[in-house]
Amino acid sequence: MTPFLQENVVFREVYCFLGGNEGNAGWCRGDGILPGGFEWAAYFVAGFAIMFILVNAALLGAAVFVWSERRLLARFQARRGPNRWGPWGILQPIADLLKLIIKEDIVPHAADRLAFTLVPVIMLMALLLSLAVMPFARNTYLVNLNVGILYIVAVSSMSTIAIFMAGWSSANKYAMFGAMRGVAMLISYEIPLVLSLVGVVLIVGSMSLVSVVEAQTVPFLLVQPLGALVFMLGISAELNRTPFDILEAESEIIAGYHTEYSGIKFALIQAAEMAGVLAASGFLATIFLGGWSGPFWSGQLGAFWFLVKLAGFVLLFIWIRATFPRLRIDQIMAFAWKFLLPLALINFLVTAVQVYFFGFYQADVPGELTRNELWIMAAINIPVALVAIGIFGRFSREKVRVPEPVFQKAAPSPQAMEVD
Amino acid sequence: MYGFGLAKGLLVTLKNFIRPPFTIQYPEERIPQHPRFRGEEFAWYEERCTGCASCAKYCPLGIIKIVTSEGGRSPQEGGHYDIDVFDIDIGRCMFCGLCVEACPYDALFMGSGFERGQYERQSLVITVDELREAVKKPSTWFRPQLEGSGYDPHKDKALDWREVGREDWAWRQKEKAGARIQFRPARVSAEADDGQAEG
Repeated sequence: MTPFLQENVVFREVYCFLGGNEGNAGWCRGDGILPGGFEWAAYFVAGFAIMFILVNAALLGAAVFVWSERRLLARFQARRGPNRWGPWGILQPIADLLKLIIKEDIVPHAADRLAFTLVPVIMLMALLLSLAVMPFARNTYLVNLNVGILYIVAVSSMSTIAIFMAGWSSANKYAMFGAMRGVAMLISYEIPLVLSLVGVVLIVGSMSLVSVVEAQTVPFLLVQPLGALVFMLGISAELNRTPFDILEAESEIIAGYHTEYSGIKFALIQAAEMAGVLAASGFLATIFLGGWSGPFWSGQLGAFWFLVKLAGFVLLFIWIRATFPRLRIDQIMAFAWKFLLPLALINFLVTAVQVYFFGFYQADVPGELTRNELWIMAAINIPVALVAIGIFGRFSREKVRVPEPVFQKAAPSPQAMEVD
Repeated sequence: MYGFGLAKGLLVTLKNFIRPPFTIQYPEERIPQHPRFRGEEFAWYEERCTGCASCAKYCPLGIIKIVTSEGGRSPQEGGHYDIDVFDIDIGRCMFCGLCVEACPYDALFMGSGFERGQYERQSLVITVDELREAVKKPSTWFRPQLEGSGYDPHKDKALDWREVGREDWAWRQKEKAGARIQFRPARVSAEADDGQAEG
């Protein structure tokens, strides 16, 4: 019996109901309904129960998110959105899914069949794996990894590989364009994304997401405003959402890397993308807004507080998508390297100095910062964030080039001809 | 301050988020149409039509087909032809209304409907029987007497050929064939009660 699984509510209940203390568990109230010697079955069923709940919650959540995004996006554009099937059109994603399942599953003739087929699987798998460490409520998580944050970063960057596989195996130039753009963008944004989390890790003294939640007596959104900003923008780029959606830019390269996908494969790719937004909002809520801890009844209403925060971030993502136009690739790169990376480094440096100053970071006894110390850090970090954004915003601002008047001279000079 | 433009953009979308959507849910609710709306299902009054085919000649697309034969008796005076064929190919009609302008006897009016979608191109051709049986709610386009009386084809009842009146613009009255020849004496009373002028 792996020790961390017994902390999981679902696992403990199912395991104790079936297996109980007969399997040397010792932490159940009594014996289960299965006879002795069958604790492996209890273990299997309990593990499967968690998996079932998590996978279905992710996919159902993706469906709900598709609906809510279409509704809210429509409202942001003074439209109504889908409102035909079901009350407020809530059954629309089911109709979409049915349509996609019924459609023909086309594989291009020149495609690399194996890689082409594996892409949706890998994308969805990367997403579902990243959900494993997310604490949904008190003691409600799949695993409490002590390298949780590293695990998220590692697993979520697997989708980059899937995107490149999709672009390469489709044998389609638009898919390849999208994949190349995507890989360039995603790899660039990994760096500020990871660096923005280092400040949190320094404060908490642990990479486990459960300890991150427990350490947040003050929301890290206030303590780490720069980190939160950089993480939010970085994860928004990782999700390929609108200000950063150059890899599936409809108006330029048909649908980017998933141009050739149809039917259930396309549905899976879409589900992975949509659930990715939920996962990203969940991680934002967990790392920067205190996860399941709320103003009151954090133990009983933990899932509720978590969902409220998650919904807030989802709304923010939809709002950003509804507002900003798509950036060019050079703007995106400049934004990552000239703006986000320096901000993440400043955040890292300032936090490191503060943590060293508060002197809790002994090598063997990782303590916790008190509430007052966190408030002091917040009071320092918020002005630092504003100043840093002001300074580096000025640096990364694109120079406005005033175009030369075309009809200034009667005859174009040789230099002007060369420029053209 | 860097990022101020972004915040301004976010506020613009937020303003749209708060205000009610503009969309009209079409089958359930409709935009009220203007009485001068040029729509389908032309209102054609056979009693007035002499079969002169002015409408067919003026049609820029040539989509009106008229075949006449001698005989019959008209409520209007003078020679009369039976209208055997009066086909209007709505599928190609651009609703310019020149046929209505051209009609010297005010027998053709624009219709007021717009929901005649069909599955085949053939069924988009309005035949003479359909024109006869149609509920005649004429549009007031190019018919100032209707507009002056406040007639609204989308709300009011259908009109028969006596009720629609004659077009009474002074500058056009002299050119109206039917008006000049037959209704010259009656036109004085037409100003008092234009609905009953011909009757």
